[in-house]
Amino acid sequence: MLPELGHFALILAMLLAALQAFFGIAGPALGRDRWTAAVTPAVAGQFVMVATAVACLIASFVANDFSVTYIAENSNSALPLFYRVAAMWGAHEGSLLLWIFLLGCWTVAVAIGVSKLPARFAARVLGVLGVVSFGFLLFTLATSNPFLRLDPPAPDGRDLNPILQDFALAIHPPILYTGYVGFAVAFAFACAAMLEGRMDQMWARWTRPWTTSAWAFLSVGIALGSWWAYYELGWGGYWFWDPVENASFMPWLVGTALIHSLAVTDKRGLFKSWTLLLAVLAFSLSLLGTFLVRSGVLVSVHSFAADPTRGIFILAFLIVMIGGALTLYAWRAPLLKSQAGFDLGARESFLLFNNILLVIGAATVFGGTMAPLIADALGLGTLSVGTPYFNPTFMLSMLPLLALLSLGVHAKWKRGQLSAARRILLTTLVIAAIAGVIIVFGVYSHGKVLSPVAATLGVWIILSSLVDPVDRLRRKLSLPRSVIGMSVAHIGLGLFVLSVTTVESFTLERDVALGQGERTSVGNYEFRFEGVKSIEGPNYNGVEGKVTVTRHGVPTSVVYPQKRQYWVQRQVTTEAAIEMHHGSNVFVALGDELGAGKWSVRFQIRPLVNFLWLGAFIMAVGGAIAATDRRYRVAREAVTTVPVATPGVAGGASHATPGQFREECPGPTLSGRMPAQEEAG
Amino acid sequence: MIRPFLIIVLAGMLLASGAAYAVDPTEMPTPELQKRYHGLTHELRCMQCQNEAIADSPVSLAADLRREVKEMLIAGKSDDDVRNFMVARYGDFILFRPRVAARTLWLWSAPGVLLLIGAAVAVRITRQRAALVEQDNDPVDEDVRSS
Amino acid sequence: MNRFILPLGIFGLLAVVLAIGIKHSPEKGTIPSPLIGKAAPQFTLPVLTDSNRTLRSADLKGRWYVFNVWGTWCGGCREEHSVLLEIRKTAQVPLIGLDWKDEDPQALQWLAELGNPYEVVAADREGRIAIDWGVYGAPETFLVDPQGIVVYKYVGPLTLEAWQTLFVPRLPPQQAAKS
Repeated sequence: MLPELGHFALILAMLLAALQAFFGIAGPALGRDRWTAAVTPAVAGQFVMVATAVACLIASFVANDFSVTYIAENSNSALPLFYRVAAMWGAHEGSLLLWIFLLGCWTVAVAIGVSKLPARFAARVLGVLGVVSFGFLLFTLATSNPFLRLDPPAPDGRDLNPILQDFALAIHPPILYTGYVGFAVAFAFACAAMLEGRMDQMWARWTRPWTTSAWAFLSVGIALGSWWAYYELGWGGYWFWDPVENASFMPWLVGTALIHSLAVTDKRGLFKSWTLLLAVLAFSLSLLGTFLVRSGVLVSVHSFAADPTRGIFILAFLIVMIGGALTLYAWRAPLLKSQAGFDLGARESFLLFNNILLVIGAATVFGGTMAPLIADALGLGTLSVGTPYFNPTFMLSMLPLLALLSLGVHAKWKRGQLSAARRILLTTLVIAAIAGVIIVFGVYSHGKVLSPVAATLGVWIILSSLVDPVDRLRRKLSLPRSVIGMSVAHIGLGLFVLSVTTVESFTLERDVALGQGERTSVGNYEFRFEGVKSIEGPNYNGVEGKVTVTRHGVPTSVVYPQKRQYWVQRQVTTEAAIEMHHGSNVFVALGDELGAGKWSVRFQIRPLVNFLWLGAFIMAVGGAIAATDRRYRVAREAVTTVPVATPGVAGGASHATPGQFREECPGPTLSGRMPAQEEAG
Repeated sequence: MIRPFLIIVLAGMLLASGAAYAVDPTEMPTPELQKRYHGLTHELRCMQCQNEAIADSPVSLAADLRREVKEMLIAGKSDDDVRNFMVARYGDFILFRPRVAARTLWLWSAPGVLLLIGAAVAVRITRQRAALVEQDNDPVDEDVRSS
Repeated sequence: MNRFILPLGIFGLLAVVLAIGIKHSPEKGTIPSPLIGKAAPQFTLPVLTDSNRTLRSADLKGRWYVFNVWGTWCGGCREEHSVLLEIRKTAQVPLIGLDWKDEDPQALQWLAELGNPYEVVAADREGRIAIDWGVYGAPETFLVDPQGIVVYKYVGPLTLEAWQTLFVPRLPPQQAAKS
């Protein structure tokens, strides 16, 4: 019953989304105020229907209803309750429903927020969001229905992929999607402005808090994914430049450019067409990411089950949405001109460089991610692009940006007046350089050429970001949330940069074969392997090793790395033991039994790695603080057009899959399908 | 604000669940060979688990490929010999770093070209705007001195 | 005006690339073999069924043959086995088997139980020869011409349809069907 109810609710939701889109766009365009007013009820109705569908699906998971195909493929009666709920978004169909639900949440929030804005503009924003909702609902119902029944029902489910049975990964998709989907709001604002033919500074002010909050969520989502990968996957790797990782990183880069560009448009009415384009681009990259992950065009450890039919559908959707928005842009943007000026050393300049460098960074990642596809389309053979490409090329645009940041925070609007800040600049730079050198050569004693440079840049950013707030506090000036937020976010970035530098330069790793009682040392730590014993858990069994850790001869801890085999999926996972010690992570993982009581064991010392995610988290917090600045609460009367020279414008077992092996490939497929299952399914 | 995060981190500490990865305790006769072995096995893609390097992949194909690398290095072959060996059998896909060749020129030169274009755009816009500063008398909201 | 059309133009190109990507995506799981058009790798391997014999690649020169990589641990190989038996019945071209990373007793039992479609099976216990052939999964099937050139490679369990549409057209007629 519940699945049918959910299915029906989805159909209703799709119809309501169509109405929302129609009324929102046709109403204002044709001057029909009744239609314009009908948008908000449509939004509410659509949300209620989507929420109902989600509730039905989750309830069916909790109730172990294995007559639903999706549940039979992704759950199991032995699965703990928490994961039964999280399994809802564990594979393609359910995660798509999550996408739609979160879009609904954002739409409702926007509907409430824009109620104080001019009715026609508000309706257009909601209308554009309605188009997106409609597209996704249509796609879901046509190709990816999570409520399809299995006949006869399965006696029990295939279980959630054991790798996904982890807290961080359970919450990673909702948070990530909240950010990902949230850029639709900026997109909708941009389209509404272009449809309206008008774009002024107020527009930027309205758009900013939505964009910054989406960005904050995306930051946390990406950081969670990276943290999870560190624990779950990569033997201490935290970023692989995997196509799906890149798919979330590109919108983040463009989103960062967007929030800065919005600042300039808000403040001085400049960069309007830039901001418009970035707003369209950010969400376009989100959509593109959705396409890449679900269409099977790219090889990725994250890919959902590949399906060319889905690929065609999403591509059509992309063409409509992105092509439509870019056509609007080509039509309206030429009319957005401003006569404002600024000096070379002004804040606007730095934000311009910021825009350019971030876009180049995003384009670099884009090129590398799409390279296999481009090479294939041009007949240039198979191309493979990985970390050895992305690292140097990405750094090429990022290093200058990091340096310019520490200069730019001191620059004033319009006039810059950087010479006034010369002393502070020099002081902070010198302190940063000393700190950088100490960290690299004093604390860690070696490093690559770039290490002191990057460490200096990281520290410099932190110091530079503190200057303005400290100065204001000292001189008893106002310290609005936007300034606090900005400073906190930049400090988070600096911390992140510092952490990446130390991790990349100073990680120590060793793989050793050890018998019981044997020792090895890595860095300042000594490890003694005490042997293994058998263990059993709620839905798995395995072995647990015991390793004693000492530092400079002083015992610090005992760790218990495990290897588990889950009963249902028969997949072996490794539970590494990670300890934080003196700011570093000590990472111990069991490898294979080598016979005669010996095991291969991996040891890693990763300095300051936790600050990586802490830094990202702090960045998000900074964004959240900035987004709640008082200036963004707009009263209806305050809405006017600024009189500047802006005219009336603004993926089954095909014959081609590789064969089966008795071993499994590690790595998650959020569809919960491992290669072996692909064959059997 | 930081504390809950730390608690989550600490709580997640003991149970870091991960797929079974390979641990490779291969010892090469000299440190220099060890370094080259480590480098090469991290540079070559496992053809079965295509997102892993052969150093990290647990499948037997990866172990076989590691063995090939080890034997070739001990036999005195160069890093490029090893790469060529692999590419001759599996194609360019086995390399994580795309080769710098005529057909990948666009990929390797793109970031530099983009930077040049970006610099040109930056120069043009800043010049344009700097010229407008004199006659731009709109006041700027400086009291909060913020973005 | 021109530069504002640029984003739309770039997107248009991207859409074309993506469309081509979708068209090619059923083959995405397979890596194109660099051996196509080149000489088949040389090898000397013990024969599975008779440990005193060895099979050399040179022995196979001068005729067409189908080179099938399999193992008892491979589910897809079990799937395609009946297809191989059918090919053995209906086609002239011989099937040469490569038993990849397997245990001899199990392989022999497999052939005894399921039938032996191969003219001869070479045992690659260590996997070295499979690497030379660029094998990255089982089953994989190659087509080699009398000059010893690899003409085609098929990845995954062979189906009769695949045999008819992909292998038969590449064979001279008298090899494809017994007279």
